[in-house]
Amino acid sequence: MAGVKLEDVRKVYAGNVEAVKGVSFEVPDGHFCVLVGPSGCGKSTLLRMIAGLETTTSGVITIGGDVVNHVEPSERDIAMVFQNYALYPHMNVYNNLAYGLRNRRTPKPEIDARVREAARILEIEPLLARKPRELSGGQRQRVAMGRAIVRKPKVFLFDEPLSNLDAKLRVSMRVEIKKLQRSLATTSIYVTHDQLEAMTLADMLVVMNAGRVEQIGLPLEVYERPATAFVAAFIGAPPMNLMTVKAKDAVALIDGAAIGIPEDGAIVGIRPEDLSLSKDGSTPAGGITLGLTVNAVERVGPETFVYGSVERGDDVIVRVPGQDAPGAGERVVAVARRDKLHRFSMDGSRRLAD
Amino acid sequence: MVEQKKIGNIVPHLILWVGIVIVAFPVYLAFVGSTHERSLIANGQMPIWPGSLFFENYYRTIFVGTSGTTREPVGTMIVNSFIMAMVIACGKIAISIISAYAIVYFRFRLRMTAFWVIFITLMLPVEVRIYPTYKVAADLNLLDSYAGLTLPLIASATATLLFRQFFMTVPDELVEASRIDGAGPFRFFKDTLLPLSRTNMAALFVILFIYGWNQYLWPLLITTRDDMQTIIIGIKKMIVTSDALTEWQLVMCTVMLAMLPPVFVVIAMQRLFVRGLIETEK
Repeated sequence: MAGVKLEDVRKVYAGNVEAVKGVSFEVPDGHFCVLVGPSGCGKSTLLRMIAGLETTTSGVITIGGDVVNHVEPSERDIAMVFQNYALYPHMNVYNNLAYGLRNRRTPKPEIDARVREAARILEIEPLLARKPRELSGGQRQRVAMGRAIVRKPKVFLFDEPLSNLDAKLRVSMRVEIKKLQRSLATTSIYVTHDQLEAMTLADMLVVMNAGRVEQIGLPLEVYERPATAFVAAFIGAPPMNLMTVKAKDAVALIDGAAIGIPEDGAIVGIRPEDLSLSKDGSTPAGGITLGLTVNAVERVGPETFVYGSVERGDDVIVRVPGQDAPGAGERVVAVARRDKLHRFSMDGSRRLAD
Repeated sequence: MVEQKKIGNIVPHLILWVGIVIVAFPVYLAFVGSTHERSLIANGQMPIWPGSLFFENYYRTIFVGTSGTTREPVGTMIVNSFIMAMVIACGKIAISIISAYAIVYFRFRLRMTAFWVIFITLMLPVEVRIYPTYKVAADLNLLDSYAGLTLPLIASATATLLFRQFFMTVPDELVEASRIDGAGPFRFFKDTLLPLSRTNMAALFVILFIYGWNQYLWPLLITTRDDMQTIIIGIKKMIVTSDALTEWQLVMCTVMLAMLPPVFVVIAMQRLFVRGLIETEK
């Protein structure tokens, strides 16, 4: 068991493409860290650098206190679960699990014991004699996880392991990964672009964008107090409504003076779930008001998303519980509590003090 | 529906049968010819039914040989041909799979140069470079030897390219998983790449064995001693003769014998061969 620590880690590819631009964070022992961000944000590259599959241009990577920058992947005591599982197609499940141990010259009885234990934990015992091509996607996923856990490594690395599964299976595997990680208490780093996976799995959420870390924190902390406009828009579905507001326009849109817009303006954000439609057009005490024209309505069952736009053109989404919602073209008033407003600097790079 | 299907099947079957007859009839005639006595064929009377000299003719062909022309029993030629075809097929596969592995998985200086040099040899089969190749073989004292028969034919761009294409379809994650599992380059090659290439190797073996077996020009040049002849050369030598009567019944025996090993190889490897050409195990 060991923690993982990154200090100012950079990756520059040939042609001066900077994929990771100086990332530092520390995953404490036994924690489940999720790296989340849009495609191309450098999260997978970072994970592969921790695994040792990519070289590190500069910076220091430590696993369990040892600097591993120049250590071979097999010597780092890590295990990785790949997006497409990367099972050896010509070996049966048993040999897939045992291969890494054999290469380490683990004694045969111990290999057998460990493989059977992993198979029992993952409930794949009946499949041990089968070849990967005879397995379903979910079963392959389990074998891939099994290959990681038989090794009893210091760190698990997951590279979007659920993205090849169908939606239903993804949810159940997500729960299982969480349970498994809890019971094994192995430090884990998990890469995903799915913010829902990120929110539900993480003890520690690292939001990345364009090769940089935008915010590190507990999932709910990140949700409630996003540090940048990017995080605000990325975490949460549907995304937070963001509007650029100049001080002089603020009064017309919302009660500008009271929400403290600086002279040169700010990005004001409010989550769809914090907005509600006012039946009689009145503003609750201490609240803010947005006049909307409804463009579209999405009913998904337990809730309804109302897509509207304010007079100046910004799009605003309102989440309404139930199915009762106005029709397209209607004018409605959306209201929210003032303390639910998020304000960011004009370039979106920092959160303004509440 | 059923009726329609039956009628629909008749035409393709008819075409297939016509094709089979066209291909098989000459082979049958050769077989018939190999079971009669010399005078019958020499007189221009080609019988349609097999004769009675099957055992006698084949015994003479394999163990004694023709009386005046090749001076070697066909048994020796078959052994020579077999060694040549086997060494060429196995050697080509071994060399090309290793070079394809190097080109695809290792980053070394002049990698692309190496690839293009191999690629260019596609344009230089033995027939084109026959004089220089002969000169080199002669200087190295390879005339009348198995090494001389096989080595110049072994280096193969086609097989290298085929393996290269196949290796490039193997997902990178497999290499990475192997690295994490502690398998070095040699283990990855032995434990993962070779088993995955099994069907490709089988398909290639069939093609290359037949290629080696059917070699004519190169063995004709490089061998002068009778006991180094291959069977394909043997057939030719049995016929071209001015001072003796061609023993057609023995020529036909030799033809039949020359056909058998490739046929066996195809039958034995058929399942792997087809799989190697149509599917990839991934």
